[in-house]
Amino acid sequence: MAKINKELKYTQTHEWLKVEGNLAFVGITDYAQETLGSVVFVDLPSIGSSFDQKEAFGAVESVKAASDLLMPISGRIIDVNQTPIDSPEVLNEDAFENWLIKIEILDSSELKTLLSHNEYEKITH
Amino acid sequence: MDIKKTCLYDRHLALKAKMTEFGGFDMPVSYKGILDEHKAVREKSGLFDCSHMGELRLKGKDARQFLNDVSTNDFTQLSENKLLYTLLLEPSGGVVDDLMVYMIHSDEFLLVVNASNADKDYEWLKKHLNGYDLVLENVSGFYGQLAIQGPQAKDFLETIIPGVSQLPFMQFDYFMFNNERIMISRSGYTGEDGFELYASNPTTVKLFDRLTSLGVTPCGLGARDTLRFEAGLPLYGHEINGFITPLEAQLGFFCKLDKPFIGRDVLAAQKEKGLERRLMGLELLERNIARDGYIVYQEDAMVGYITTGYMIPNTNHSYANVMLDKKVKIGSIVTVEIRNKRVEAKIRNRKFYEKKYIKGA
Repeated sequence: MAKINKELKYTQTHEWLKVEGNLAFVGITDYAQETLGSVVFVDLPSIGSSFDQKEAFGAVESVKAASDLLMPISGRIIDVNQTPIDSPEVLNEDAFENWLIKIEILDSSELKTLLSHNEYEKITH
Repeated sequence: MDIKKTCLYDRHLALKAKMTEFGGFDMPVSYKGILDEHKAVREKSGLFDCSHMGELRLKGKDARQFLNDVSTNDFTQLSENKLLYTLLLEPSGGVVDDLMVYMIHSDEFLLVVNASNADKDYEWLKKHLNGYDLVLENVSGFYGQLAIQGPQAKDFLETIIPGVSQLPFMQFDYFMFNNERIMISRSGYTGEDGFELYASNPTTVKLFDRLTSLGVTPCGLGARDTLRFEAGLPLYGHEINGFITPLEAQLGFFCKLDKPFIGRDVLAAQKEKGLERRLMGLELLERNIARDGYIVYQEDAMVGYITTGYMIPNTNHSYANVMLDKKVKIGSIVTVEIRNKRVEAKIRNRKFYEKKYIKGA
């Protein structure tokens, strides 16, 4: 059974978002890593680039398939986590601990479009 | 159409396999994970449910002649208890299917075909039966099929089926198990030594239980695909299809142009003229994965497309098969378009792994 973190906001496409002021961390959910299986490659954008809400900013790949990563909200990349790039398997070990990108929030009104942990739990069960 | 189940479906669920639809069947992708399963087959042994594969029985005095006329390989020298890889082609030279043919007697053959093509092949063969003294039967439902593969496969199988380890490569014989006469060939689809077992559905389940309880690792279609890819073996729908000829797919060895067969003239003309494109390998020079369908460029010219690509399990080697323009030679640097980026790659052969078949005898 996939774990849920109650502190986070979620997307329909299985990304999570953790807000800290006007910044936020983005990662993939435990459900996503469980569905993917062994993650062997993580493709992340360069620092400084900006993406619209729901735009693909990178991909996580299992042995079998590539899955696009979609922006939960519009943002500018201010940091990228090197750990899952160097060791993609950490996403299978703990998907909530290993964030992928840190963004500057460009439009905070988009936050209300995200799912609560209760709403996300419903779509994954 | 309802999704079909193999006789091992309950076993897959009990082992908590990740399941997917393949060739009309609900099949296991992996049990514990593709990385572990790939490693098990390369270093120890793995067990695959291949019961989804189609089996067609061809019986009658013209059987050998018919196979020779409709498929690319030469059956005139084949003897009993041997198997031969061959292809069925459209008159255009495009591939209808690739298959393994088991010679039971000179007037009886068993054709093992891809699950997704079994019905198409049956209809295609039936269409060509006119004038031959032959009966064609689709017996796919009768057989369960297992493959046990890996360096320890022979030791595990020998403990439950004495004598089986004496079987030479690309030959088959009959053995008793569970009071049933089962058919076993020394063959497979992983590049390792191994065996393929054909038995009734209940006996297939018993074999699966015995072998897994002895410690053979159950493996899904995920590892089956990474293993066959690494060993340079083609998969229908990827390296071959109705729009690719066997010569383009580098399967010329299995096409005997000195005899007539459907599609032969197109291949002969292709050989005469030289191929416009052919299947090659590539290695990505940056960390990434080139997937089926990605486009390959040399400078700004499109020169090919990926048919299968993987990061080889438990390594950082990212290899792919590419259907490549003849102008691009081995050793050339190309780029693969991956998510709007161009990733550099070097063209190479497709020998990503040295096959470990045990030949001789």
